[in-house]
Amino acid sequence: MKLLTTPGFWIAVLAVLAAATLPWWVSGYILGLLTIAYYFGVFSMAWDLLFGFAGEVNFGPTFLIGLGAYGAGILNNRYELPIPYCLAAGTVLAVVGGLALALPALKVRGPYFGLITLVAVLLLQNMIVVFSGLTGGEIGLTVPDVISIDADTNYWLALGFMAVSGLILTAIARSPAGLILQAAGQDPVVTGALGFNVAKHKLAAFAVSAAFSGLAGGLVVFYMGTASVGTLINTSVGVQVIIAAVLGGRRTIVGAALGAVFLIAAGELLRPLGGLSTFVVSAVALLVILFVPSGLLGLASFRNAR
Amino acid sequence: MTVAVAPPPAVSPVRAEPCLTVRGLTKRYGGLVAVKGIDLDLRPGEILGLIGPNGSGKSTVMKLIMGLERPSAGSIRLDGAEIGGMPAHRVARSGIGLVFQHARPLQRQTVLENISLALLPDSLIRLAADPHVARRAKEIAERVGLGAVVDRRPGTLPFADLRRLELAKAIARDPRVVLVDEPFAGLTGGEVAAFSELIRGFRDEGKAVLLVDHNVKSVAALVDRVFAMYLGERIAEGSAEAVMADPTVRRVYLGGSIETAARPEAAFKPDSLLTVENVDVLYGKAQALRSASIHVHEGEFVSVVGLNGAGKTTLFNAISGLVPHTGTIRFDGQDLARMKPAAIARAGIVQVPETRELFGDLSVRENLDLGGQHFPKAESARQREWLYELFPILRDRETQSARTLSGGEQQMLTIARALMMRPRLLILDEPTLGLAPVILELLSKALEKLRQTTPITVLLGEQNVTFALPHADRVYVLEQARIVWEGPPQRFASEMGTKYL
Repeated sequence: MKLLTTPGFWIAVLAVLAAATLPWWVSGYILGLLTIAYYFGVFSMAWDLLFGFAGEVNFGPTFLIGLGAYGAGILNNRYELPIPYCLAAGTVLAVVGGLALALPALKVRGPYFGLITLVAVLLLQNMIVVFSGLTGGEIGLTVPDVISIDADTNYWLALGFMAVSGLILTAIARSPAGLILQAAGQDPVVTGALGFNVAKHKLAAFAVSAAFSGLAGGLVVFYMGTASVGTLINTSVGVQVIIAAVLGGRRTIVGAALGAVFLIAAGELLRPLGGLSTFVVSAVALLVILFVPSGLLGLASFRNAR
Repeated sequence: MTVAVAPPPAVSPVRAEPCLTVRGLTKRYGGLVAVKGIDLDLRPGEILGLIGPNGSGKSTVMKLIMGLERPSAGSIRLDGAEIGGMPAHRVARSGIGLVFQHARPLQRQTVLENISLALLPDSLIRLAADPHVARRAKEIAERVGLGAVVDRRPGTLPFADLRRLELAKAIARDPRVVLVDEPFAGLTGGEVAAFSELIRGFRDEGKAVLLVDHNVKSVAALVDRVFAMYLGERIAEGSAEAVMADPTVRRVYLGGSIETAARPEAAFKPDSLLTVENVDVLYGKAQALRSASIHVHEGEFVSVVGLNGAGKTTLFNAISGLVPHTGTIRFDGQDLARMKPAAIARAGIVQVPETRELFGDLSVRENLDLGGQHFPKAESARQREWLYELFPILRDRETQSARTLSGGEQQMLTIARALMMRPRLLILDEPTLGLAPVILELLSKALEKLRQTTPITVLLGEQNVTFALPHADRVYVLEQARIVWEGPPQRFASEMGTKYL
């Protein structure tokens, strides 16, 4: 594997190992924040596979996240199935829902794909409110089981999950299949003329992205013990996932995770500013997107490459 | 580059059975028929040149064969199996490859990885490439002359090497039929020779090659046979020599007898209204214009003739401030270098682009009124009346939406809309693009009337010499990004006519 010989890989391994020691020297409050940040990191990495590699702007990452989260949560809440089964079912639901959305959406070109994914989020949001008997509606859904009540365990699980997800997504992105996907994203006509079924590769990317988003969504539910529209599905959540990926660096996968951690950490550090904190974080994100469109990590790796 | 007569092909065409047979191929876009019942055969070991001016349908034929467009009717068979209407990836797998003129290589991958891409199977689960892929990619890189730069990224390569990369990708797919889109566009003489050699390599391997280009001249030395198209139909087929001598082809490219009515340059005020000096334009790495200099006097009608890709549109875009350039451009004594396109337009230079850019959902009248919105209502109305006299058909179509007009009517409306702005200099870019001969005559009459009844200054870009010469007071010839000739139209036929085809 070429991956093992790149310095970036070993830097990432060291970073994960260092992060794994945090429970011994930071407060439970910070651990809680980071746990959520790591799950967000997976959302953003899964999104980068679509945006950075397949070249499709999915404005509805929370549609996939929400399907996974609510699919898993409802099964646990209603039928008290064990958590692993709920997570598996939620992941499958996210993939099926994602494919059902992408199949027709990939036929339209340009901004319409993005618009369809955006509408899907609004639809899901409405469905949850309409079927409040099943979903808990606007109040939210409570699950009887949680993964663990120990903050350290939850933290390590989230870190491990993010590391493994990052490894798998990076491996996919750097594989021959990932190369074809990148070509399909950049120039679908030429790629088709080279004998590659562009739609097939993009659909597969959508399925992979949906699987990781859905599984991460389900894990968040069993970490927090609740699921609600405001924390998992709202378009503002989706925007945060997108900003994290763009901020960290398009087409880097790992950059997306860094971006997510940065966003949540920055939001926390700026908390003394009160209402202004969101504004400052958004302004920084806007500046990065305007002036460093390849993102922080993208900038670094591109400089190296030259 | 004066290959007026084609040498006989080095290898006589193989009399094998055709591997690609096209029958009755037709493509309609709404009411426009881009390709009409084309029959075409291509044999292994043969290089066929598919030529035609812009809008002739040659590129559409290429796209239909590759599966990038779906035919409206007709059949395309590869070794007897129907491939017409299949999506591009299945056409590619059945054995057809296309060398694109403009492709975007993967910028973060090396040249070698870009070539490897074309060697991969269409598989979702292949997480590691076969070891032979890298070796094979290296061999191909050597063959096309990229051996020394395999580890560089495409962004750092010169233009010709990017074209080599596209050739390499086509070789990697090992197709039985290779389609090449404008093989020599933007290349220098030496590079043309190297590319010709590579394309002959395809033939020597027994592949069938289809070269798509604008004119016979550029491919004459390479092809075994030429298939000429005009307005979606075949107009001639045979050896390069025969096609160049064909009366229909000559009429399409050169026109019949040309009557000119030029006014001598001395008849105009000595100061030029527009002066273009040593202007260079680069598109990425391709030089689209090389130290071009032209001047236009107030009230003069100047034609710039040149084949597609010669740089006409680039020259006009530079004047209108739409592309960055070096050198100086002055209009009425004012340097245009620092001016934005909108300011240049306000200064009186109005360009009519070849793409027309009408507002399709608005009526003829609304389109015209938009052009005249800077003037008081009464003046705008007077201008409109005058244009209705110049183009009477527009008065009849006043309330129709622009989209429903025929191609010729749309062209007249575009010119009329530009005239509503009362330009001091009107730039017309290929107004004849895709128009039938009968429409050309109408347009030609309107231009003649415009020239005789108004003091307007016109800069016309054309590949159609018949259309460009009769109105012109002076003519420039653009060839491969350079101005190669300047003179009065009556001298064009004797000095440039034979070289132009």
